[in-house]
Amino acid sequence: MSTDTVIYVDNNSTTRVAPEVVEAMLPYLNTWYGNPSSPHAFGEVSRKAVEKARGQVAALLGALPEEIIFTGCGTESDNAAILSALENDVKRRKIVTTAVEHPAILSLCKVLQQRGYHIDYVPVDTKGRLNLEHFRQIVSEETAIVSVMWANNESGNLYPVQEIAEIAHAKGALFHTDAVQAVGKIPVNLKDGRIDFLSMSGHKLHAPKGVGVLYRRKGVKFNQFVIGGHQEHGLRAGTENVPGIVGLGRAAELAEQFLYEEQTKVRALRDHLEARLLALCPDPLVNGDPEHRLPNTANISFKYIEGESILMLINQFGICASSGSACTSGSLEPSHVLRAMSVPQIAIHGSIRFSLCRYNTRQEIDTIIEKLPPVIKRLREISPYGR
Amino acid sequence: MWNYTEKVMDHFLNPRNVGEIANADGIGEVGSIVCGDAMKLYIKLDAKKERIAEAKFQTFGCASAIASASALTEMVKGKTVAEAEKLTNQDIAHFLGELPEEKMHCSVMGMEAMQAALANCRGLPAPAVCDHSHNPHAAPDPQLDRVVCHCFQVTERKIREVVEMNNLQTVEQVTHYTKAGGGCGGCREEIDEIIKAVHGEAKKKQAAADQPQSPKMTNLQRITLIQKTFDTEIRGALQADGGDVELLDIDGDTVTVKLVGRCSGCASAHHTLKNWIEAKLREKVGPSINVVEGK
Repeated sequence: MSTDTVIYVDNNSTTRVAPEVVEAMLPYLNTWYGNPSSPHAFGEVSRKAVEKARGQVAALLGALPEEIIFTGCGTESDNAAILSALENDVKRRKIVTTAVEHPAILSLCKVLQQRGYHIDYVPVDTKGRLNLEHFRQIVSEETAIVSVMWANNESGNLYPVQEIAEIAHAKGALFHTDAVQAVGKIPVNLKDGRIDFLSMSGHKLHAPKGVGVLYRRKGVKFNQFVIGGHQEHGLRAGTENVPGIVGLGRAAELAEQFLYEEQTKVRALRDHLEARLLALCPDPLVNGDPEHRLPNTANISFKYIEGESILMLINQFGICASSGSACTSGSLEPSHVLRAMSVPQIAIHGSIRFSLCRYNTRQEIDTIIEKLPPVIKRLREISPYGR
Repeated sequence: MWNYTEKVMDHFLNPRNVGEIANADGIGEVGSIVCGDAMKLYIKLDAKKERIAEAKFQTFGCASAIASASALTEMVKGKTVAEAEKLTNQDIAHFLGELPEEKMHCSVMGMEAMQAALANCRGLPAPAVCDHSHNPHAAPDPQLDRVVCHCFQVTERKIREVVEMNNLQTVEQVTHYTKAGGGCGGCREEIDEIIKAVHGEAKKKQAAADQPQSPKMTNLQRITLIQKTFDTEIRGALQADGGDVELLDIDGDTVTVKLVGRCSGCASAHHTLKNWIEAKLREKVGPSINVVEGK
């Protein structure tokens, strides 16, 4: 396929690597291939580049450079934070999380449950909202760590992580947030020190795949997850992905620069797309909480039809989005997030998620608005539930 | 994205025979909105009530579900009721080139819709499950009709039939073909037991069938037995469906045949050849018989 005709509105899956990021990375692929751990001057160039990136990421998060640990991906960061918390307080055998976390947390929790830990999954309401009261009731002196995502990848919902962190701390538990979807899209400031661990991922904010970050608040005990050499101040072994880290540093800098645009231009495009689709497609359903949502995400269910069919038909026009339907996931059940939100059966299989970014144009959004409604109409004509 | 064949994409992008038939002779409804796919098949018979004159469908589901339904309607138009009854999920998958294994349940849904519509024609309630013996009057059995997979409401009967029909070996395959085991996963062990039981029974049957034959059959005896089986067992059944088969040659274990009449060019010709004629000869003559189609 050719990229000329692609309208990419699947940015919660992954993002385009920014050209500035590619440019920043190239010298570390072409020329400065040294190992940051080497004692010679050639290695020193790489080491300095990694430290510069650490500063850039810290600046975006309102953190200290020593609080930034580079990892391989968001999933690794999530796993490392949870497992470290359990190892550092062996008397606390409980974890509190939510029903709508990413598999990086949920699948780990499933394994930990088999190993004898107790996991509480805080439910969400039909708009995907969490109730702080649930956390006040469940978090106890036995809780080792509370893990709640900052923003949900499917609905775009934002969660009150600072408040939940306080609830965790009141019981002596640690707090972790998977902020993979939040960083770069909304302001994230860790300066006040209520969050103990935060995960982020490079490829969600226009850096390449294969690089992530675990923020660990200064003073919080941390056990190595990847064990080996002394890299990352002995906190994460393995030779640093220097080009990836450099790219992430540059991407963090750009994210800060474009944060205002996310709140204005991207939000306006998303709102325009959502409003027009709701007007043009009869009987739609917005999944999520429009009051507290990422500026780039719209998740709409088109009742009576199935998501894979919709995606394959709009794919003809180069439109790339995603769906919570069973068929698109390769599993047989629809998205766990939409199920946790009790999205009605008639709507759950027909959910489409549009996730925009700063590279999307008004023209692209208008093409989606033109092409999608006839596809919905056509599939409803085929469906036995369609009229 | 799935790797669909051109034919699947063609039937998805340009589905044939979409819609309802107002005064249909039979309507088959399978699947449900909860399962994530559903199909409603309408059939209209000709004046003599022998052949399917018209078939239309409505489908809620993914690209391969829509393509399977479209293919099914094209395949059964003009077929006799008896022919349509014998249609299998493999015939649908074969017609479409192939389906990704994870999507085979779409072809099974097509086969079930056909059987439900035919049962509806006869004024019978739709069979809860497909019936491998192609006998819509199969006796209910509390053990076989028991739901094994509660997430997707799949019975032991359906699992057994699909395992047998498609020679499935693993739980994962059963999930791809029937969805059973694809939800909470609580029934996966039970499915494994059913697979083993089906294959165990098949082996026993095979062993019993092999038993009475003399291994020292002469070539002449062998040829005579093949001819006899053709005349008494095979041709009669095909003729009843308006087709026939000619025995062209016998070379060792290889039997060359030619399907004629309605059988030639029939979408399920390959199926008839392999799963029926060959199976019959293996049962009567010997397990090493191989049937091929000659020109």
